[in-house]
Amino acid sequence: MGNWVVNHWFSALFLAVWLGLNVFLFVDAFLKYEKADKYFYTREILGFCSRTLRKQLDHNLTFHKLVAYMICLHTAIHIIAHLFNFHRYSRTRQATDGSLASILSGLSHGEKEGGSWLNPIQSPDMTVEYVTFTSIAGLTGVIMTIALILMVTSATKFMRRSYFEVFWYTHHLFVFYILGLAIHGIGGIVRGQTEESMNENHPHECAESFQKWDDHDSHCRSPQFEGHPPESWKWILAPVILYIFERILRFYRSQQKVVITKVVMHPSKVLELQMNKRGFSMEVGQYIFVNCPSISLLEWHPFTLTSAPEEDFFSIHVRAAGDWTENLIRAFEQQDSSIPRIEVDGPFGTVSEDVFQYEVAMLVGAGIGVTPFASILKSIWYKFQHGDHDLKTQKIYFYWICRETGAFSWFNDLLTSLEQEMEELGKVGFLNYRLFLTGWDSNIAGHAALNFDKATDIVTGLKQKTSFGRPMWDNEFSTIATSHPKSVVGVFLCGPQTLAKSLRKCCHRYSSLDPRKVQFYFNKENF
Amino acid sequence: MGQIEWAMWANEQALASGLILITGGIVATAGQFTQWYFGAYSIAAGVFVCLLEYPRGKRAKGSTMERCGQRYMTAVVKLFGPLTRNYYIRAVLHLLLSVPAGFLLATILGTACLAIASGIYLLAAVRGEQWTPIEPASPREGGMAGRAHHQHRPSNPPPRPPAEARKKARATAGGSPRAAPRPTRVPVTDEVV
Repeated sequence: MGNWVVNHWFSALFLAVWLGLNVFLFVDAFLKYEKADKYFYTREILGFCSRTLRKQLDHNLTFHKLVAYMICLHTAIHIIAHLFNFHRYSRTRQATDGSLASILSGLSHGEKEGGSWLNPIQSPDMTVEYVTFTSIAGLTGVIMTIALILMVTSATKFMRRSYFEVFWYTHHLFVFYILGLAIHGIGGIVRGQTEESMNENHPHECAESFQKWDDHDSHCRSPQFEGHPPESWKWILAPVILYIFERILRFYRSQQKVVITKVVMHPSKVLELQMNKRGFSMEVGQYIFVNCPSISLLEWHPFTLTSAPEEDFFSIHVRAAGDWTENLIRAFEQQDSSIPRIEVDGPFGTVSEDVFQYEVAMLVGAGIGVTPFASILKSIWYKFQHGDHDLKTQKIYFYWICRETGAFSWFNDLLTSLEQEMEELGKVGFLNYRLFLTGWDSNIAGHAALNFDKATDIVTGLKQKTSFGRPMWDNEFSTIATSHPKSVVGVFLCGPQTLAKSLRKCCHRYSSLDPRKVQFYFNKENF
Repeated sequence: MGQIEWAMWANEQALASGLILITGGIVATAGQFTQWYFGAYSIAAGVFVCLLEYPRGKRAKGSTMERCGQRYMTAVVKLFGPLTRNYYIRAVLHLLLSVPAGFLLATILGTACLAIASGIYLLAAVRGEQWTPIEPASPREGGMAGRAHHQHRPSNPPPRPPAEARKKARATAGGSPRAAPRPTRVPVTDEVV
């Protein structure tokens, strides 16, 4: 062992640094995984962690991609290194110059204790390609690499957004990848000298006299080698077990009956499903995975829950945005056939749960991103009805930005009832909402101008008038900062990346340097 | 899986194969492996495949994301007319290109990947798909995403009612500070929600 270290100190050092990096990554990943659905059991055992840690935990997808990039990079390095190795093995096997390398290569297979061979290429006629495809390491390597490449090419952003099913199904090739990885090292091609052989033939003493090994007068015998035992399974065992648990859990949950209590078809092809499931309990802003076996056996799609925890059902609003959703809406539109079966996994949490922890909350929903806030606003309504005064929240500013309200008329109705509710309770100042129509044209604007003195808005029917175009965030932030100079303001966004950037910038700009004064914290929900 | 355009995936796969061929070829040539001239071939084949596959074809349905700077290669690829439009030809071409690289271990991965891409192209060709160039001159359809009710963006803010009516509104509306639609100061641009 000491000999090995002396001979390989550079690679050992490199490996140590690399392993150190992996350990760091592992710990980082472990913390991050506490919130992702894959690691439900980890959460069960360890309990929930504090809010600030949870914010980073929603980046499981980003981390997955990072790991994938690392795997690709290391695969390339690994393959190139082994190409050189095989090339050199092949060359020394064919060398006849009597050098140490060629003698070592000549140590043959097939001896009693599994062979003292060092060079996997047994004869000068054997090609590297032959060894590649007949050894376990080579064959599994080829299978793994092809599986990896197929997974990567079907997982580019373009493919995911345009042809999700191809990505989803091809990604299941990971099974072959993991299996291959587990048995990749079984053949023991990477060889080192055995302990007892080191006693008979220590390289420091015997390497020079290699021509005289096994001679009667020499005290050096031929060295014996043995293969490294496979190690990759040690790395992948824990994640594989966790993953299997997660799939079993998903299967178990999917077998539990989901009762659909109400189906509502909203304008602009939005389907609302109200459901019940035994033992299901949710919090605001969470999401579920939905599977419809009659449409596709394997596909699970995430949907934000639009119902409040206080209601006796849970609901989702599905908008037609691709093959699966269109098929689902069509299946429910047909009045004559029976209602298709639905399977549900979840709920899984996102940062919207934190909205009641802030004294002041700014909620920004762009387009379909308004859905988690439906759950939040409804929950507020119920909390008020029940006179729940434990809410930390004193004020909510809600910004709804969309091109047109057609697809969200259901949300409109919610806001109308909230308006009435607030008036009745005399708490008009609690919820401030602003609607921004970015898809206005001269017709709509003309209408609005003519009717601006009406009490309700002509577009939405709400008392709050619709604004046109996009919010001027600088104004909004400075107004809120001046109205709440000593508060911690949570900014929650569910919307596009560009909006996230501007909001994050504003949060930094308007947060006071003094930690006792107004602070803006930005939270983004990922889809 | 009914809506899949196989050619799009074949294109990604072929582009990746090209890069793998180049890498394997460089390793073989630089390491002076036995029969390294196959490696040199592999580099050339890889470069050719990358150039051919870099311009993404137009999707039949929906908007297509162009690759950065692809319009230069689009012009070149377009010149070959049916040779590049037809996916049967591409399938056979990739299959033939992949064969010589299969003689060397360093490049055999490129062979396998390019052969797979060739297979997917064959599937695309059987289903009648074709390569159509993305024209830069066409009007911006992607961002609109089917918003048929306005054809072009108004560049001015919405018209405000005359001054007397505004004064009246302020008097009657009282405490509601957001009674009038506020004109935008920034031009409204498209964003993908």
